[in-house]
Amino acid sequence: MLRDITLGQYYQTESVIHKLDPRVKLIATVCFIISLFVVKSWIGYAVAAVFLAVVIRLSKVPFKFMVKGMKAIVFIMLITVVFNLFLTPGEVLFSVWKLRITREGLQQAVTMAVRLSFLIVGSSVMTLTTTPNSLTDAMEKLMKPLKVFKVPVHEVAMMMSIALRFIPILLEETDKIMKAQIARGADFESGNLIRKAKAMVPLLVPLFISAFRRANDLAMAMEARCYRGGEHRTKMKPLRYAGRDRIAYVVLTAYFAACIGIRIWL
Amino acid sequence: MSIILDHVNYVYGADTAMAVHALRDINLVIPDGQFIGLIGHTGSGKSTLVQHLNGLLRPTDGSIYFNGEDIHAQDYDKKKLRSKVGLVFQYPEHQLFEVDVFSDVCFGPRNLGLSRQETELRAYAALKQVGLEDDYFYQSPFDLSGGQKRRVAIAGVLAMKPDILILDEPTAGLDPKGRDEILDQIAKLKAETGITVILVSHSMEDVAKYVERIIVMNQGAVMYDDTPREVFQHYKELEAVGLAAPQVTYIMQALHESGIPVRTDATTITEASQEILRVMSDHRT
Repeated sequence: MLRDITLGQYYQTESVIHKLDPRVKLIATVCFIISLFVVKSWIGYAVAAVFLAVVIRLSKVPFKFMVKGMKAIVFIMLITVVFNLFLTPGEVLFSVWKLRITREGLQQAVTMAVRLSFLIVGSSVMTLTTTPNSLTDAMEKLMKPLKVFKVPVHEVAMMMSIALRFIPILLEETDKIMKAQIARGADFESGNLIRKAKAMVPLLVPLFISAFRRANDLAMAMEARCYRGGEHRTKMKPLRYAGRDRIAYVVLTAYFAACIGIRIWL
Repeated sequence: MSIILDHVNYVYGADTAMAVHALRDINLVIPDGQFIGLIGHTGSGKSTLVQHLNGLLRPTDGSIYFNGEDIHAQDYDKKKLRSKVGLVFQYPEHQLFEVDVFSDVCFGPRNLGLSRQETELRAYAALKQVGLEDDYFYQSPFDLSGGQKRRVAIAGVLAMKPDILILDEPTAGLDPKGRDEILDQIAKLKAETGITVILVSHSMEDVAKYVERIIVMNQGAVMYDDTPREVFQHYKELEAVGLAAPQVTYIMQALHESGIPVRTDATTITEASQEILRVMSDHRT
């Protein structure tokens, strides 16, 4: 019932991209997103497209999984495109009734669509090739310098990994409670908005109770194993850069430099 | 009134890389008024199977008939089916949500669109059937003990007056006393109302005393479907698939092997003791 929700869907396979250090992938994703806003010309987008295509190819993840993530933002994209298309002032190409499509508007709309779709596909490459846990590990390591400003980096990372870990558990729980209530004649589908909202009570109350119960159990289990936060805590699998990570950084730097170069000289 | 399963197959996550064939070619007839034990180890497909019986899951292949009608036909009333085939899930106390016990039990019959009076009458009768004292009716269900919560949850399904009651591991997580109380209550209910009861469990010991028919599931397929007496004769095969016959079976088999001429098909302690006494008195005379 609820299995279709994609959230940090890791796609298990063996590839160079999968093996990369999560820090590299995290930084690369941020750089790629910035690069999308750096470039302005068609050549720039072509370079970004080639870069993305090569990474996808290397990741061995079927392309349809990337597109899956796009489905969620189709609506937002449509709104952006429509607004840009009709509301950008400039040289009028043609007009229907009161709506005018301008050359600038068309350009803007296409650019926005390209940017948004690259953005989504780019970040799904990261989430598809990196397990949520290694991602939080990377974040913890990268944000370490913030400790100087008293940011509880380890605690934040811990909370994130716990939250991620609990998503599938709670989804399964929701599915179970939903089925149990349907077996008692509950109806989650028909009726107007108010009736539907009311129908959620038999689902949400047990779900919250079970979430609290699980949180309590987890806290107890952590305390029983003497968890006391990030101070002097070591890792079983510490992150270490390997040769391929350095190569990846070189490639990434080259790509980023190319994007800036295109912006300045072309 | 019967359920017929005709070549039912079910695959979890079909057309993905992680497809799991949970049910393989299940053919069963569940006639009226039987007390059935559905046994299998964890992951054998028993929970998946019972979710098919009230139409929560739709078979990937094959059909299910309730009283001769295909439950997945276009115009079939699923809600009515679910009131006739009551399914109590594992850990049913996790589904309680109302402010007091009585309103929670009313949830099922109210969903059926019954009048307020009828709803309350049914809730009252159901709570009595599971043996809950009046004092608890207006308490919060969350203040009750584990065993009491489970009774309330079972009453919640009983209040819909099902013709078939399916209980998925009703004794999981209860202490021996709570387990016996729940099972005795179910047996009493069965004797009084004559409804069909399907008891899902992984413990032969639990069901042997009560049921008249045992269906053993293994890896999504029906392995045995017979009376307890017959099924327990296969105790070696049962062990091979991670199940066990009741302890009395082992005792009787061991006695038999050591040369004492006892019959080996006793399923309960009472039967076994009578059999041993019989052999002993024969021996004396």
